Amino acid sequence: MNEATARRINGDLLRPLLYTSWRFWALVVFLGAIVLTGLGAWLYQMYFGFGVSGVRWPIFWAFYVTNFVFWIGISHAGTLISAILRLVNARWRRPITRCAEVITVFALMIGAMFPIIHLGRPWLAFWLIPYPSERGIWPNFRSPLVWDFFAINTYLTGSILFLLLPMIPDFALVRDKTTGWRKTIYSALALRWQGTPKQWHRLESAMQIMAIAIIPVAVSVHTIVSFDFSMAPVPMWHSTMFGPYFVAGAIFSGIAALILAMALVRRFLHLEEYLHPVHFENLGKLLLMMSLLWTYFIFAERLTIWYGNESAEVAVFQVTQRGSFAPLYWTMVVCNFVVPFVILSIRKLRTIAGCVLASSTVLVGMWLERFLIIVPSLGHKYLPYSWGRYQPRPVEIMITVSTFAAMGLLYVLFSKLVPIISVWELKVGEHPFPATVVHQAEDVPLWKTNP
Amino acid sequence: MEDEPVKAVYALYADPDAAQRAVNGLRAAGVAERDITVMSAEPIEEHEFSQRDKATWMHAIAGVGGFIGLLVAIWLTTLTERAWPLVTGNMPIVAWWPNLIIMFELTMLGGILATVITLMITAKIPSRQPRLYDGEIADGKILVGVENPSEASVSAVERALLAGGGRLKTT
Repeated sequence: MNEATARRINGDLLRPLLYTSWRFWALVVFLGAIVLTGLGAWLYQMYFGFGVSGVRWPIFWAFYVTNFVFWIGISHAGTLISAILRLVNARWRRPITRCAEVITVFALMIGAMFPIIHLGRPWLAFWLIPYPSERGIWPNFRSPLVWDFFAINTYLTGSILFLLLPMIPDFALVRDKTTGWRKTIYSALALRWQGTPKQWHRLESAMQIMAIAIIPVAVSVHTIVSFDFSMAPVPMWHSTMFGPYFVAGAIFSGIAALILAMALVRRFLHLEEYLHPVHFENLGKLLLMMSLLWTYFIFAERLTIWYGNESAEVAVFQVTQRGSFAPLYWTMVVCNFVVPFVILSIRKLRTIAGCVLASSTVLVGMWLERFLIIVPSLGHKYLPYSWGRYQPRPVEIMITVSTFAAMGLLYVLFSKLVPIISVWELKVGEHPFPATVVHQAEDVPLWKTNP
Repeated sequence: MEDEPVKAVYALYADPDAAQRAVNGLRAAGVAERDITVMSAEPIEEHEFSQRDKATWMHAIAGVGGFIGLLVAIWLTTLTERAWPLVTGNMPIVAWWPNLIIMFELTMLGGILATVITLMITAKIPSRQPRLYDGEIADGKILVGVENPSEASVSAVERALLAGGGRLKTT
């Protein structure tokens, strides 16, 4: 790659870090205000007690656990997709990987907050940590909630490291291109990176190993989240297909989140030259495939329940298909299948705008899907005396809305501090294909002339 | 980097072919392989100079880390279950099915942590010692040089670097 290309890439990708417009601050203030309102709602819930939420018998899991499952699902956007694309050496992955990996880390952080919010008394959250307490009760490894603790923390640790390691060479680049306090901070973050062949080889080997390790961990995380449901004898939960069904749904919503994030980054950071329509088209195809897979799972699940005709399960089935939850159910079907299928299966519609539209509806649909898994089943258990209704309260709605703002805020701040596209990986993509290089080497046998 | 400059003779090259010529020239001038320093802003896989130091035990070490994670998981689960023998859901006290989940997660965590620690140690990041560096690397230049060359070898090193077509620098 020539020097002019290197300077151009550096200039384009470091611009968001070095120059700040009023729009950035306006966005930070706007999103920050929503996040603060959400924090206020949480404090209100803590002060007045969990009764201010709509969570009560028999529906003890509602918005908060819906959000937990939804955000853990969104986290599959990044590390999993990035790891798969790295392992298959997809060249088009280069501008995408960091955009995706960041989503994983922030979505996991937000998702992992919800069990704590759901506790009602968050100051007792340390009880979730497996440790021998003063009462002599050791952690119960037979509880799926303890499995969650290990799975989410392993995935979070792996994802943070998977994100951080390839950032070190980019921190070194920012260090070299800045002065003053910025240089001091980025010098510390760069860990005295030099860019010797040994360092590059070790970094790439480490990324390859972590990509291999992180894929099964990502699959395990959402399988274990599904076990929170499927291990319980609740109608429509106790199913062997919940593991793969949740994993497919997580990847589905994750790809939608990634497309949306990429479109926003492209638009607001003016990265049109790096995030091309082909990136959206490729991800759009993946989204279409996952939409079809999700539809297959929904069909298999619903057909089995309907055909089995077990009274408690059919009660839940009917209330979602024809009863009070039917508007939400059919909205979910339209959002997750009809809209993406129509838009993404027609090549002319598989544009950036089309992919963004399909992704937006998928995110809505997948949130509804999580809600419809949890609430109708808990409200219609085996005996009618345990049936009940759920009405979300403002505090839950506010906290839910604020988590979306928190995701946006964290993403905006991250893209201000770190190049949102991995600069060095993008530069590698500018190298000629190996076949071309071999051809050049035959013309100019460098090391044959200099033994 | 704000370190005291390391004593070195080096040159900056605009393209990998020139850097390869310089590396070959240094070898021809009798500079030992381990004394030749190369730096770039991105990995350059297509040239021989970037293939040095490629051998690594990282995969094996990751496997060992995973095995240690597995042993920790077995120890943690069986020890705690036996320490408080509480029967849950008619499962045995040491319930291997659920324990397999903890074992899997800690195996993977062990492998990941071992990989990162190996990277940090073998790639020497972070390092306390001052190291050779030039800010122009960020603009796509490739640095080839020799750190702490002996007085007798400086002129030979300079000739080899200039023959490669680079812009000579000394610190």
